[in-house]
Amino acid sequence: MRVNVRYFASIREALGAGEALDVPAGCTVGAVRDLLIARGDRHAQALGRTRALRAAVDQCMAAESAVIGEGAEVAFFPPVTGG
Amino acid sequence: MRPRVSIQQADFDLTQEVAALRDGDAGVGAVAAFVGTVRDRNDGSGVSSMELEHYPGMTERAIDAMIDEALRRFDIRAARVVHRVGPLAPTDQIVLVAVTSAHRGEAFKACEFLMDYLKTQAPFWKKETTPDGSRWVDARISDDEALRRWGIVASNG
Repeated sequence: MRVNVRYFASIREALGAGEALDVPAGCTVGAVRDLLIARGDRHAQALGRTRALRAAVDQCMAAESAVIGEGAEVAFFPPVTGG
Repeated sequence: MRPRVSIQQADFDLTQEVAALRDGDAGVGAVAAFVGTVRDRNDGSGVSSMELEHYPGMTERAIDAMIDEALRRFDIRAARVVHRVGPLAPTDQIVLVAVTSAHRGEAFKACEFLMDYLKTQAPFWKKETTPDGSRWVDARISDDEALRRWGIVASNG
């Protein structure tokens, strides 16, 4: 199935605004992150496991264990710093 | 009904916002408002300007959910959040949280709750310009601790 990946802040600067990605059905947020990391050095550096990263699915904060559905919008971004 | 959440580039007027929030509600006996502003120093460096990025759609939805939670937890009458995005300079206003209630205690608490929640759960990111160049602002562990006081475990910083 296909998901829409979006990036924000420093991740967006490194990888662009986002990309479409084909993932297995029943995929988790963490598995999407791993598939992206496997895309190459730039992705590995921006999304690597040593970096504090947060994720959202369909515009709600989500844990890496969250299961995503067909056509989901999956976003990765650094810890938030508003206010 | 007026919007409870506005994400905008334009500045806001505290007096107008509070007047609109109180409008016609004679049950209001207390208004608590917090305004966050841009400092000219952060983490030991001078800050000459700042750029605020957000996640359109998610930001509004997240803050709206926070206001629903505040209405459940506290005996308040109304709440309003305005957050600016785009380029900002030292002394500029960034954020307004305003709450009305019958008595001051609930208004103070709900205002602080909303601000603590916003700091760790609303998708905004600050990039500041210092004499050494531009840098993304790091999240603070102390903001997670502030939210924990309300019984919410956050892991943002």
